Amino acid sequence: MSSRLRLWVLAAGGLGVAVLFVLACFDLPAFGGLRHPYGDRAVHAALARHTANTVSSVNFDQRAFDTLGEESILFGSVVGTVVLLRQTRDEGRLPPEPATVAPPVRRYALIALPVTLLIGLYVIAHGQLSPGGGFQGGVVVATALHLLYIAVDYRALERIRPVGLYEVADAAGEAAYLLVGTAALVTGAAFLTNFLPYGTFNTLSSGGTVPLLNAAIGVEVACGVVVLLARFLDQAVEIESGDRDDEAEAGT
Amino acid sequence: MADDLPLLLGLLLVAAAGTAAVLVRDPVRQSFVLSLFGLALALVFLLLQAPDVALSQLAVGSALTPLMVLLSVRKVRRKARSERREEHE
Repeated sequence: MSSRLRLWVLAAGGLGVAVLFVLACFDLPAFGGLRHPYGDRAVHAALARHTANTVSSVNFDQRAFDTLGEESILFGSVVGTVVLLRQTRDEGRLPPEPATVAPPVRRYALIALPVTLLIGLYVIAHGQLSPGGGFQGGVVVATALHLLYIAVDYRALERIRPVGLYEVADAAGEAAYLLVGTAALVTGAAFLTNFLPYGTFNTLSSGGTVPLLNAAIGVEVACGVVVLLARFLDQAVEIESGDRDDEAEAGT
Repeated sequence: MADDLPLLLGLLLVAAAGTAAVLVRDPVRQSFVLSLFGLALALVFLLLQAPDVALSQLAVGSALTPLMVLLSVRKVRRKARSERREEHE
């Protein structure tokens, strides 16, 4: 096929897609309407299961299997990062030097750290009640810990961050989600069915398995992000590639 | 129309921040613009009454992603600097 013919085929295909796209856009519901068939049904199902935050009900109950996929994507990418950014044989590790921090920065970061940590834990714990949940709160908790790097230096962060433990907790969070899902099988229901009693509406213990799955995601995301940033920070601060030193020595 | 004004302004802000993130070429500055872009997106999600998504966007888009970009840049620059030092020797 000549390149001219190929361009024609491309133009015909592009034009077809454009026409169909414009036609489909005319059939779309108006932007930002107050009612939506799926929204109404999701809210109804969430209220029937005593979950105040409909988004959490969709994430951890009505479509809990989708969330398992999302969680596994994060888990897989963290594992991939750990493998890619590992210290290879020709790389050396320089201990980080103590850094001087401007007093206002230190003061601000040290005040912000406990507040941010508390907000993160609050967002995780209230996932079934108010906007937020394990994903959002987990990232907030993980970033809160890293304020110590800004407030003091990398050595202080390393002291409160035994990466091995966080790796174990990351895997445990992923496993807990699967185990709660499998527990539903024991009761005779389908995988990830909300099998626990629904509890009192708008209390911390409401929503059946929603708070449990939410907490599992919170642990997994918080530890996963800590491990992810630990690998990036190790590469940026500590790990020196050694092969160039050898070449330089051989050259002199 | 008056009801849509905040949303319209938010969308314009997103467009402006997105364009700025593309036009700024230095990766370090780009990560700051990316952070602002994430903030603008979070604002739009909030205006569209999606606070859950806004929270995710705030945490990941305007804090985590720029931080990872900054750390990668630091690693690459450090390597380049040590190479240059060796060339001088």
